[in-house]
Amino acid sequence: MRHTRIYRTVGLVWFLLTVAAIVYATRLALVVAPTEATMGNVQRIFYYHVPTSMLSLLFPYVNFVASLFYLGWRRRNPMRALTADAVAIASAEVTVVYSSICLLTGMLWGRAVWGIWWTWDARLTSMLLLWLLYVSYLMLRKLSATGQTQTLAAVLSVFAAIDVPIVYMSIQWWRTQHPAPVFGGGPDSGIDPSMMPAFGWNVLGWAMWGVFLLVFRYSLERRRQETEQEAARKSIEGSMEIAQ
Amino acid sequence: MSRVQTELGDEMRGLRSYIGCVWCHLQKDLRLEWRSRDSINGMLFFSLLVVVVFSIAFDPTAAMSRQIAGGILWVALLFASITALNQAWTRELRNRVLDAQRMSPAPPSAMFLGKALANFLFVVIVEIVMALPFLFFYNLHALGQGWLILAIMPLGTWALVCNGTFFAALGLRTRNRELMLPLILFPISIPALLGMMQATTAVLTGEFAPDPWIRLLVAYNIIFTLVCLLLFETVLSAE
Repeated sequence: MRHTRIYRTVGLVWFLLTVAAIVYATRLALVVAPTEATMGNVQRIFYYHVPTSMLSLLFPYVNFVASLFYLGWRRRNPMRALTADAVAIASAEVTVVYSSICLLTGMLWGRAVWGIWWTWDARLTSMLLLWLLYVSYLMLRKLSATGQTQTLAAVLSVFAAIDVPIVYMSIQWWRTQHPAPVFGGGPDSGIDPSMMPAFGWNVLGWAMWGVFLLVFRYSLERRRQETEQEAARKSIEGSMEIAQ
Repeated sequence: MSRVQTELGDEMRGLRSYIGCVWCHLQKDLRLEWRSRDSINGMLFFSLLVVVVFSIAFDPTAAMSRQIAGGILWVALLFASITALNQAWTRELRNRVLDAQRMSPAPPSAMFLGKALANFLFVVIVEIVMALPFLFFYNLHALGQGWLILAIMPLGTWALVCNGTFFAALGLRTRNRELMLPLILFPISIPALLGMMQATTAVLTGEFAPDPWIRLLVAYNIIFTLVCLLLFETVLSAE
């Protein structure tokens, strides 16, 4: 009981810090950061687009590692395996949310700067495929029969994780139109130092928000699992009483 | 010396019994198909329909058909093989055969390999039969190195069938499993689809080199065949 109270306090403090970081980051991005020379105010979407795209490449790893732990613990320690599974589903959902935001902000920017909503360019296509992979993961979880959902989903997660680098490479060969990476993309890459705080705070704020969502979803899933186990225990006890 | 020999002998025996299991499953699936001919007939007619519908949709000239034929061919085969793959494991559900196989001491991956090979043969037969109508309807002759098709077709087919057989088993006990298979197979297969379509288009048009795409297919096949073999037992005994 005391543990619950501690967790709840930590969660609340984390949430408040996250909101504060996001508010500050938004002020930096929309007000303080200088207007970009060629694109104008449209460039400000960069402060949301790049952090969410970076984070949507990070959360699949959490999903993959959690799924590996699930497969490892499945027989030896089923209770602990369930916690790994809760992490897996939470991170898959956060991945879908973040990659959706990344795709949508990218499309808004593309409409304003390129004049088109969408183009089948390497990065756009690989991000769309990442989104498709994790949506199909969530579909499998939704449609599979209870009792084996976790194992099947963990297997699919391994496939998806192996597929992502192959997708990325094959699409690279296919075509490229996206602006060269802003960071580490050659001598002219990088942003003006005056834009750096806005970018950094947005990465931090949205990373904290992603972690908050993940932990929140995790504890929700844990509660669902506990209710399920309780119901199973009661029905077993009920059937034993009838037998007597 | 003698111990090394006996260990080697044990391994050889193990390998031989594994191949025996694969062969047994393959024979069983081929015999089932020979007696019913459900999968192959269904696939043949289905892919013929797709080819006809696409030629009506695009009304292609010879030059244009070279550009789009590679894509249409694989889309037709992809949809057709989905219809066969969905039936591949439901056959085993009748009379609880699959439960019996789960209890048998034979390695589960041998069963998977046998079934994947059987499905591979079915799709290859469909490809051989479909080759002629396809060439006629689209007025095709390859401008690139035509013989490379002989490498691209089996590689692409194995990429579809190996993962398809695996995901059909994975989706076997889900609700609406007919819908589930394409939902999970398509996103995973996109690199392979890209590889086979690009390689086929390269051979038909002769405008660019198919080699990198063939290499992609080979790498994809090796990686995913290994993953399927390693994880099949987990999927079969998932509960």
